[in-house]
Amino acid sequence: MTAMWWGVIGTSVAAFALKYLGQSIPERYLSHPKIQKINTLIPIALLSALVAVQTFTEKTKLVIDHRALGVGVAIVALLLRAPFPIVVLSAAASSALLYHFV
Amino acid sequence: MRGVSATPRSTIRDSLSVSLTVGAYGIAFGAASVAAGFSVLQSCLLSLLTFSGASQFAIVGVIGAGGTALSGIATATLLGFRNGLYGLRMAPLLKVKGTKRIIAAHITIDESTGIALSQESLGEDAMRAGFWLTGFGVFIFWNLFTLAGALGAQAMGNPAAWGLDAAVPAAFLGLVWPRLESTSERALGASAVFLALALTPLVPAGLPIIATALLAVGMGIRNLKPLRLRLRKS
Repeated sequence: MTAMWWGVIGTSVAAFALKYLGQSIPERYLSHPKIQKINTLIPIALLSALVAVQTFTEKTKLVIDHRALGVGVAIVALLLRAPFPIVVLSAAASSALLYHFV
Repeated sequence: MRGVSATPRSTIRDSLSVSLTVGAYGIAFGAASVAAGFSVLQSCLLSLLTFSGASQFAIVGVIGAGGTALSGIATATLLGFRNGLYGLRMAPLLKVKGTKRIIAAHITIDESTGIALSQESLGEDAMRAGFWLTGFGVFIFWNLFTLAGALGAQAMGNPAAWGLDAAVPAAFLGLVWPRLESTSERALGASAVFLALALTPLVPAGLPIIATALLAVGMGIRNLKPLRLRLRKS
C-alpha cells in the first residue's frame, strides 16, 4: 500500500478518535489551562512550519523559486485583508506567471 | 433536534453563510491534494472521513513534500487535537449517545463549535441548532468543493504551471494568519519558520514540521509558569 493510502486511513482514524474521545470523556481531564494554551499554540507552530517548508524547500534542499513570489503576494493580500480565495488565487497566479516567463 | 421553525432566523443565517464560505475552501484542498500526488478518490475520502481542514492540508503537504506517512499522520493528528477539546465543550450541550454521538463527533470542528458558542445569548436550543446546521452544512459544501477542486487540478496537469505549488503554502498562510494575534504568537510563528528551514537539510522530510510542535509546547508551559532557571555554580 502506498504512503498516500496509509496517510488517508491513518489521518482519518486518528482524527475521528480524537473527536469521539472529546465527546465522551469528562471535561476535567483536559480542561487544564496549560493544555488549552498549548492547544492554541500548536497550530501556529505547525502551520507556520508548513508555509516555510512548502515555499522554500525541494525534498531536503533549501531553494528560492517562483513559489516565494506567490507566497509574498499572498502576504500582501492578507495585509490588505483580502478574503481567503483571493489570497490563494493571487498566490497561484503570480507564481505561475514567474514559472512561465522566467 | 428541534424543528427548524423553532430556530432563530439569525442562527440559520449565520450557520449557512459560514457553511458556504468555509465549504468553498474545499476547492483549495482538493486541488492541493491532487497536486501533492493524491488521487481524486483519496482526496475525497480525506474530506469525507478526516473532515478537518488543517489536518487534511497537513497530511497532503507532508507527504507531497516527500515525508513519510507516519510523520504526515503525526502532524495531522497534532492539528486535530483541538477538535477533541471542542468535543469536551460541546458534549454537555448536545447530550447525545450512540449513533448520534458518532455523528456529532464527526462534525465537531472549528466552525460548528464556533457558531454554537456564538449563539450563547439566544439560549441552548439555538446553540444546538447552530452546531448541527453548521456541522452538516460545512460537511456538504466541503465535500462537494473538494471533488470540484480535485477534478480541476487533475485536468490541469503540471501543478507548477498553474501556480498550485504556491497556492498550497498560501492556503496554510491563510489558515495561520488569523491566529497570529499577539506578539508572542507571531514570535512563535517566526521561530517555527526558522526551525523548520534549519532542520530541512539535516533530517528526513516531515520531521522538521513536527519538531516545531515542541516550540509550542515549550511556550505553552513557560507562559503559565515563570521560567525557573536553576544554574548551579561550580
